[in-house]
Amino acid sequence: MTLSDLPALNVAELQVLLRRREVSPREVLEALQKRIEEIDPQIGAYLSIDFEDAFRQAETADVNLPLGGVPIAIKDMISVAGQPCTCGSKILRNYRALYDATVVRKLRAAGAIPFGKTNMDEFAMGSSTENSNVRPARNPWDVTRVPGGSSGGSAAALAAGEAFAALGTDTGGSIRQPAALSGVVGLKPSYGRVSRFGVVAFASSLDQAGPLTKTVRDAALLLNAMAGHDPRDSTCLNESVPDYTRRLGRDLKGVRLGLPREYLVDGIDRQVRAAIDAAAAYFQSLGAEVVDVSLPHTDYAVAAYYMIASGEASANLARFDGVRYGHRAEKAQNLFEHYGRTREEGFGPEVKRRIILGTYVLSSGYYEAYYDRAQKVRELIRRDFAQAFEKVDALISPTSPEPAFPVGERSADPLRMYLADVFTIAANLAGICGISVPCGFAQMEGGTRLPIGMQLLGKALDEESILRIAHAYEQSTTWHKERPPLAENAHASAAAAASAARRPIQL
Amino acid sequence: MPEPAEIDVAHVARLARLNLTEEETTLFQTQLQRVLEYAAKLQEPDTSQVETAAHAVPLFNVFREDEPRAWFTAEESLSNAPHQANGLFVVTKVVE
Repeated sequence: MTLSDLPALNVAELQVLLRRREVSPREVLEALQKRIEEIDPQIGAYLSIDFEDAFRQAETADVNLPLGGVPIAIKDMISVAGQPCTCGSKILRNYRALYDATVVRKLRAAGAIPFGKTNMDEFAMGSSTENSNVRPARNPWDVTRVPGGSSGGSAAALAAGEAFAALGTDTGGSIRQPAALSGVVGLKPSYGRVSRFGVVAFASSLDQAGPLTKTVRDAALLLNAMAGHDPRDSTCLNESVPDYTRRLGRDLKGVRLGLPREYLVDGIDRQVRAAIDAAAAYFQSLGAEVVDVSLPHTDYAVAAYYMIASGEASANLARFDGVRYGHRAEKAQNLFEHYGRTREEGFGPEVKRRIILGTYVLSSGYYEAYYDRAQKVRELIRRDFAQAFEKVDALISPTSPEPAFPVGERSADPLRMYLADVFTIAANLAGICGISVPCGFAQMEGGTRLPIGMQLLGKALDEESILRIAHAYEQSTTWHKERPPLAENAHASAAAAASAARRPIQL
Repeated sequence: MPEPAEIDVAHVARLARLNLTEEETTLFQTQLQRVLEYAAKLQEPDTSQVETAAHAVPLFNVFREDEPRAWFTAEESLSNAPHQANGLFVVTKVVE
């Protein structure tokens, strides 16, 4: 292989080369920069990149640290000191973060190099990255389709070979769903496993940051660096952090997996259903036992989620008032006009919709019927999972009922978009962990192939089990090795261009 | 369960200090009414034995020592301000 092949590597592979001094952190960044310049105009995965700063970091990178010299893309919802943090919104267009989020500080301490901020649905509200107020991101498997969302930029960057690993945030599926639609791995840690300090708040009782990666092992490597107590986030749990790579292996003997019968209902795409059935059968061949389980309150999860998430969002977004930071309307005559116009001009349609919904469900007279009721139903959903996990180690389901949908198809029908979050939302309500891994492809008319994702849900703070199970599945299948034709072509043309200055690297 | 009340988007928008155009008001009125009709199903399950959950994870009274520490300077704090003067945020006039 040559330097131009580097962007196709995963973190573990890249580390081998860095530690053997086959390549330097600077060369890795140069190869990445070339790839991004070539391919990102078609994808729109990044909102801002600071290579100058990244090259400075690379000069002092210690490749022997756990993530030494590895460039990491950061969702534009997570603060990186000195860099923009727009949350995909016009209201934060000129904002620069003053400090590192705890997760970013921890990644830096592990040797990683944050270098760019990825595209997203505005304030993480959406499942398609079409709600980005900068530009929509596209799916590298088919650029007429969405990459999923809200961490769509992070997922698309990985699929297109424009990143080695990325951070996302997940409030109702925003890491797992784009991972599924773009054909990469996405891990939502349990609530409280990872600090939220420096992560712009959407729905504070549901938000978690987590890794998107090309392999399950990489997700474990990143979680090792990210997890753990932070006195700056009072909801971050003071629990020890295991080495998440320790139990990765192939054997699943004695593992019990549950298929929630309420998840395997009508409305799932035929090819998605077939891929999940095949994966369940495959798990049995790896030594796992697969049993039916029930999550009786599943049907209420989407409704409960949109009441709680919108309520919390309406309160969190009240801080955008055009005084301390962000957009401010010109020449307001009085304070009401100042607030009203600042927020009208700064927020996009989906954010406005959710502020209205959230304000309504928290308002006097409706609070009990909607918000408080939703919190009670949330407790029923949490109990459903607690009961299921008495019988099984993890639950299997599709991550999304369908593969990636065409750009523009859903934007006029918010309820339809919300209902597609059915499999991912309950994990946030219950505070448990979940991971999405590639498990097949849907054949579309015209020959396009679209990735399918399988979700594994685990007990709170039992990331070790879902990583172990996902890894065993991944390592005995080949889905994660496939790359979109667009990335293959970029790769081939870059290799041809570089052939004059060919420099072989031992992998 | 009472029928879901008609949401008055224009009124809620005023509560949220968020100006909407007439088109937005009409569109959200229809869309959010549908969402609330869908959410009516939350009244179905029996929650008489359930306490309201604020979080999925039980965490109570997290305290830290009240100690002074280095934080942002006034200049840093103002660095993102859309309008500032004399080391202060400039706000729109509140009183006549």
